[in-house]
Formats: sequence, C-alpha cells, structure tokens
Amino acid sequence: MQTEDLRLDGNAAGGVLREVFAHEMTAAVATCAGCGTMGPLGALLEYGHRMGVVLRCPECDTPVLRIVLTAGLFRLDLSGLQLLTIPASVSSS
Amino acid sequence: MAIPEAGAPPRLEWRVARVVAVRDETPRARTLVLEVPQWPGHRAGQHVDVRLVAEDGYQAQRSYSIASPPEDGTVALTVERLDDGEVSPYLVGELRPGDGLEVRGPIGGYFVWHVAVGGPLLLVAGGSGIVPLMAMLRHHALADTSVRAAVPVRVLYSARTPEDVIYQAELERLAAPPLLEVVLTFTRAAPPGWTGYHRRIDRAMLEAVSWPPSAAPHAFVCGPTPLVESVATLLLELGHAASRVWTERFGPTG
Repeated sequence: MQTEDLRLDGNAAGGVLREVFAHEMTAAVATCAGCGTMGPLGALLEYGHRMGVVLRCPECDTPVLRIVLTAGLFRLDLSGLQLLTIPASVSSS
Repeated sequence: MAIPEAGAPPRLEWRVARVVAVRDETPRARTLVLEVPQWPGHRAGQHVDVRLVAEDGYQAQRSYSIASPPEDGTVALTVERLDDGEVSPYLVGELRPGDGLEVRGPIGGYFVWHVAVGGPLLLVAGGSGIVPLMAMLRHHALADTSVRAAVPVRVLYSARTPEDVIYQAELERLAAPPLLEVVLTFTRAAPPGWTGYHRRIDRAMLEAVSWPPSAAPHAFVCGPTPLVESVATLLLELGHAASRVWTERFGPTG
C-alpha cells in the first residue's frame, strides 16, 4: 500500500471538525501560514491517526490544522493557520 | 443564492438509525436504506459517520457518503466490502432490515451540489466514488424539467470490471443525451464486444468527455486518492479553474 492511499482530505474530517467547532467546517476557507494558499478545509490533505487528525496544505505540505484528542480534551495546533473564514450559514457555500 | 437550509443541524449527535431495506448493487457493494430519527435533511454530496461498538467497548468509526437525494426522507448508504475491513464486512454482510446502526450527520459543506448552483455538471467517479455523485444525479433527476434542462450533466465513471459498476441499471435509465451522458471506462476487464474506453482516466479521455473550460463546468471528482489527484491535476492542466473543481478522496478503510 502506498502512502497516497492513506491520504484522504478534509471532507473525511468533517465529523471531528463539527465536534470541535460546533459548525459545518469543510467549506470554511483556511489560509496557509506556510505559503499563503487559500482553500476550503475539505480540500486540505488529511492524514488520520489514532489520536486525531492532521490537515496539510496541498501546495506546501504545512500542517495547517492539527487536532489531538487526549484525556478528554481536544488540543488544536493552529500554528500553520494564518486565517480561517467560516461561512455563517451553510446556504452561502 | 436560494438554496434550502438543510443539512446542518447545530449539534452533531449520534443517533440510532433503523435499517429499512438492503439492496445488493454489485457482488461487493450493498445499499443500506436508513431511517434516522430527527433527520434534518441533507444535501447532495454529504456523508454520515457510522460507529460500531463491540461488546468490550472497542469502537470503529467510518464515513460513508449518502446516495439518496435531498428530496428523499431516508438516508441510503452504498457500502463496498473490503474483506479485511473492520466495519464494511458487517455493514455489507450482516446488517438486516430492522437492525439498528449508530450514525451522525449529515456532514460536509464543501463537496456538495444543488441544482440551483447550476452547471454544466461534470461528475468523475472511480469505483465507489460514484456514491455521492449519485445523490447529485438523483437530485438533478428530481428537479423541474425547465430547471433540469438548463443543467446538462456528463458522468465519467471508472470501474475495474463490468460487475463492479454500481447503479448500472439506474445510470442507463437516467442517461438521456445530450442532457445527461454517462460514459464508462473499465480498467481491468471490459464486457465482450465493448467498444468504449478500456483504460484509466487520462487527459485525452477527460478532454473528450468534459466541456471545454470556456463552458465553466462544475466538476466533482470522487474516488480513490490517486484517481482523484490525477483527474484534478488533469482538469487544471486542461484549463479548468481550481475554484470549479471539487474533490473528495475515498480511502481503503474498511
């Protein structure tokens, strides 16, 4: 199995993103702190693992958003995220 | 844009859905029709998370796309069995009408389409990647004739063999060129006498099946990661705008 077979995208993280943000997030637009690329969270590359999820920039591979669930806490590392723009209503997507 | 406010309840809660019907689609894929309590409605392209909990408390969770259109009150999931999977063999082989299944959703606001968004609509699927695109096709088929006529659709569906084609009869029934065209390509075995495509999706195939970039089609691509990334790259090379290409990668998780 090749690595690319294990790579999904932010769509697959929609459930955990809703848990954390209490909002539909896959259409929210992230600006990568590494290269400035803007794109919906659904289009980021997802690398799932046992403890959580990492969403990476498809252009420069910067981890834009990291979520780890440990000891009943969601821990978010947003150091790769410059700006997050969340549609206030799903109908605007 | 006047798109119904369905598909995003404020809270995402696990609910026990009831299996009301099962339908074999291929030797490896089965559709589960679910009734979900307090289902808020969904949009074409969305998915649900499914959770199985073993007696010892071990949990396995997977995401499955919804195949039924928003107009349908039930939630149809089409699941392909992966023999060494933890979840799909149970869903495809064990679940019966009347059984319960824990789900939460609908989920997703990016890989979604509504007929009011318009077209032309280009749907490119690999394998079970046809499932969320089928919700879009069914939604399109249920639109008013005048609305539908303004949104031509082309489907390019890559399957390994003829017996792997999910929804084959329905796709044949829906096909009505030039408004709705369905093009199949087989990557392993093709049917006897097949004169259509018999290879992986490539640039020439996409160029032949799609509209030119000047028509600005909405392109939705779903399937295994290598196929999705290859098709998305080719569409951009052909001159389609990145903002008109939506992608959803399906993994081998079973």
